[in-house]
Amino acid sequence: MRPFDYHRATDLDDASGHLNASTQIIAGGTNLLDLMKLQVMTPQQLVDINRIDGLDRIEPEGEGLRIGALVPNSDLAGDERIRRNYPVLSRALLAGASGQLRNKATTGGNLLQRTRCPYFYETAMPCNKRDPGTGCAARGGATRMNAVLGVSEHCIAAHPSDMAVGMRVLGAEVEIRRADGSHTRKTLDELYSLPGERPDIETTLSPDDIITAVILPAPVAPSVQSYRKVRDRASYAFALVSVAAVVQVEGGKITRADLAFGGIASRPWRDPAVEAMLVGETPSIDLFRAAGKRLVAAAETQPGNAFKLPMVRRTLAGVLAEATGLSEPTTGTDNVGEIA
Amino acid sequence: MTDMFRMDKPQPRLFDETVQGVIGKPLDRPEGLLKVTGRAPYAAEVPEANMVHGVLVRSTITRGRLTGIDKSALEGLSGILGVIRSPEFVRNSAQGMANEAPIQPEDHVAYFGQPMALVVAETFEAARDGAHRLRLSYETEHAEIDPTTTSEIDTKPDSFGDLDSAMAQADVTIDQKYSTPGQVSAAMEPHASIAWWEGDNVTLRGSYQMLRFNRNELADSLGIDPENVRILSPYVGGGFGSKLGIGSEAVAAAIAARELGRPVRVVMSRQHVFDMVLRRSETHQRLRLAAKADGTLLGIGHEDRVSNLPGEEFSEPTAMATHFMYGGENRLYNHEIARIHRTPSGSVRAPGEAVGMLALESAMDELAEVAGIDPVELRLRNLPEKHPEKGVPFSSRRFEDCLREGAKEFGWENRTPTASRREGDWFIGCGMSGAGRANMLVPSEARVTLEGDRAIVETDMTDIGTGSYAILTQIAAELLGLPMDRVETRLGDTRFPGASGSGGSVGAGSSGSSVFLAAKKIRARLAEAMGCAEEDLTLQDGIARSGNIQKPLSELAATAMTEEGGIKPGAMGKEFFQAGFGAHFVEIGVNAITGEARVRRMLGVFSAGRILNEKTATSQCIGGMVWGLGAALTEELQHDPRTGGIVSRDLANYHVASHADVPMIDVRLLPERDDQANPMQAKGIGELGISGAGAAVTNAIYNACGVRIRDFPATPDKIIAGLEALGR
Ligand SMILES: Cc1cc2nc3c(=O)[nH]c(=O)nc-3n(C[C@H](O)[C@H](O)[C@H](O)COP(=O)(O)OP(=O)(O)OC[C@H]3O[C@@H](n4cnc5c(N)ncnc54)[C@H](O)[C@@H]3O)c2cc1C
Repeated sequence: MRPFDYHRATDLDDASGHLNASTQIIAGGTNLLDLMKLQVMTPQQLVDINRIDGLDRIEPEGEGLRIGALVPNSDLAGDERIRRNYPVLSRALLAGASGQLRNKATTGGNLLQRTRCPYFYETAMPCNKRDPGTGCAARGGATRMNAVLGVSEHCIAAHPSDMAVGMRVLGAEVEIRRADGSHTRKTLDELYSLPGERPDIETTLSPDDIITAVILPAPVAPSVQSYRKVRDRASYAFALVSVAAVVQVEGGKITRADLAFGGIASRPWRDPAVEAMLVGETPSIDLFRAAGKRLVAAAETQPGNAFKLPMVRRTLAGVLAEATGLSEPTTGTDNVGEIA
Repeated sequence: MTDMFRMDKPQPRLFDETVQGVIGKPLDRPEGLLKVTGRAPYAAEVPEANMVHGVLVRSTITRGRLTGIDKSALEGLSGILGVIRSPEFVRNSAQGMANEAPIQPEDHVAYFGQPMALVVAETFEAARDGAHRLRLSYETEHAEIDPTTTSEIDTKPDSFGDLDSAMAQADVTIDQKYSTPGQVSAAMEPHASIAWWEGDNVTLRGSYQMLRFNRNELADSLGIDPENVRILSPYVGGGFGSKLGIGSEAVAAAIAARELGRPVRVVMSRQHVFDMVLRRSETHQRLRLAAKADGTLLGIGHEDRVSNLPGEEFSEPTAMATHFMYGGENRLYNHEIARIHRTPSGSVRAPGEAVGMLALESAMDELAEVAGIDPVELRLRNLPEKHPEKGVPFSSRRFEDCLREGAKEFGWENRTPTASRREGDWFIGCGMSGAGRANMLVPSEARVTLEGDRAIVETDMTDIGTGSYAILTQIAAELLGLPMDRVETRLGDTRFPGASGSGGSVGAGSSGSSVFLAAKKIRARLAEAMGCAEEDLTLQDGIARSGNIQKPLSELAATAMTEEGGIKPGAMGKEFFQAGFGAHFVEIGVNAITGEARVRRMLGVFSAGRILNEKTATSQCIGGMVWGLGAALTEELQHDPRTGGIVSRDLANYHVASHADVPMIDVRLLPERDDQANPMQAKGIGELGISGAGAAVTNAIYNACGVRIRDFPATPDKIIAGLEALGR
């Protein structure tokens, strides 16, 4: 850790006044502090937003919900409205990290947590994300946790968040406060950048932007929602592959198939073409397999992570089978009834 | 000098005569409350006045020579006291019982992550920042890092009879390859030392397992007399082999303290523990089994390749248990040690059995399947009458009972044929394996003082979380007829008589015997004071009785009685083969879609001589079984294929089994007395639980879904590949 200054912000104005390219917001600190200890991140100043009023609430917003940026992962997962109407998000949160971490981790921090690529952490080896232009040591290295979709020549890092996959499938938007005091919203697609030439630039945020909330749209009801995470141990491990689904079936046909994926891509992944090939069809295992094939058609694998292709295909087929009633639902799959 | 009792004859069962009633009982650890309330001070937690902080700097090349140190990036940082480097720095931790300095490489770099220098500062934060900024320059040399392709290989063959012809004659054979990845101990407490000097004398508060050896290792590293070294390790937060030998942080702390004239604390970061402390070698194994149609073995072949750095004496003794578990006249071994430049390997809990039995017990399962014999029955048919290679009898062996009673308790007869039981998306199956771990005796000494109705036990034995405090207190209390709270056990100080230390499961038997022998001498003195023969003396709750005479110890031992006890191995270790045995049974679910395997229940039945404390012994077995589960399903060191450096170097990425991975584990300990082992009839138990456990897990996976995992651990990707190959 490098010596740094610390500023406890009193309000959003105060916070954004202190933000620039060499500062970092600290929320729960569960990701940032680890990276600072290893000098992967070396901010000169931390701006603590934890004492800013009003960022830790979950409130109705239209027909949906507004989740404050400081709402802890545990609280969000346990919120009655989330559990009833957006169970995929609750499941995704509970699949992440550990109880202690979820108590501390915040909604904003979770969205912006950095990759778990081991070479991002290994300061003795090149990494374009950590030190732009130095190269990518992950290529040719240990790649079990790396991405197969949305990668570039310069970076194959995967986005590690479970929560963000749950939000992505729900079509959540991020509320951002600009330095000039204005607010704007972005979908997660608009928030996260692909690595391309500049894997160090992970989002479309500027350094003095503050995430103030995540907005969930009206619940999809009735629907079947599912979050399935495949990992190397039963708990406390990042996803090898995860699948989030919000599915509606009417009259024997799939009418909605919102799907998001974790563990396999540089950002929480959605593929409209895959969803389109499901909608209007009669559920069948063959159809689900074809969807899986389509999903990974453009994948670029490494020797260490090629296994993710069959893994995500199988998991997707399993999730869809449950969500469409072809197989018995298991833990992780929930019914959302009509909203009263 | 303590007179050392030599274990030449079977010993009478004194503990079956004594009446205090504490031996064997599932008693709490006397220091348990201190530990769970955070009041047991671990090595880094007792700061010395005026203490400063050191952080090690690792090499970031694999092999070569250090050519320069650029300190410019440290200039102007506040609190930095210096960059310490010395020809006395050690390359890695000493191997267990080395009793001498580890290799002192001077400018040579032999692996990525080797400790090179120590940055010392007034605060830990400044030292860590300084260590990060320090720039080392090197001249690099070519380095072999892949054990499968390197050309530098030491070979140790061994054979009995003719395995090839046994294979040719056999009705059924197995010839399979298995591999296991590197592993680490991952003790909760990272390696930490505080060193300070008073004149020519250095004191080290460290976290070590074998103080008598560690003291000599530190002295040799520093080039001083062991008399000038004192090591304190009263509490150790887990060792599992990683703290057997003196480590780089201890040597660096002592050197820095000498140079700076102030106490220095060096605590390894978790990543440094991975980099610089000995790992368990990966293994590549070939198992051959030749059997008659009825399953009786004609021969066993166990060939293996492990790795270590050039110059390291240790090599993972993969075939350890294969030598004695099962019969068969024709036996072949070939132990290869690939010399490669990775973090060196050393002892990790149950060196040999922990990985060798994964292969052996998998191969037995494969043989059972090919021969069409139940896996329990196959093992029962192959219990050798004597040690199959040494020809000596077993001292005690209840392996057969472990298998039979375990099968009964587990409900083994309900096991279904391969891939035939399904609950929703889950294949359900059961597997089993045998367990065996040799028992050893190591010289050990202790001092016991009885003053009135209070006793003090002193030995430089360590308690690395195993329960040494508990059992040594119980042994003295039982023999002296005192309640537990009247006995105080003091451990972990080299000023006390030298013990075996904790390692190789020898601690309870060896150091326990030394306490036993010292206490027994006090019993003899009490008998004399009572004017009776020792056999006629009964001691209970502070009262001595003989016939009608009854006297309180407060009177008999009004003047303190101090005795030392010592034990060393003798003829019994040669005339008999001593080992603990057991059997593991596992029920598992394998997800047919995702390939995730989740153990649903696990039973271990063990026999390891007299159990000194049922609670701590059971905990040791449970811990070992959890390790087995981890070896089977999750644990794996990943190395960078270019540098050989460890990539999974923290506990987020190195997956020990989490709570959610571990189901209820049942342990049963069968009553046993081993008169040839030691005067207490006890055998080592710390490593028995891990032996074979992982194979029961992967054998259960096979029974569940028909996928045979031979490349450990059985992660979901490998199970999926197996399922797809079967068209599932
Ligand atoms: C051992 C371990 C295991 C884990 N396992 C999982 C897992 O399985 N799945 C999973 O999803 N996650 C996992 N996590 C990650 C965990 O979810 C994140 O660390 C956590 O969500 C980050 O939240 P935080 O509030 O602590 O963020 P911080 O560490 O405080 O911040 C993270 C980043 O976000 C920025 N930031 C924070 N809040 C805002 C804001 N309001 N506006 C703008 N920028 C902001 C910070 O500047 C920083 O760059 C694991 C973490 C650990 C340590």
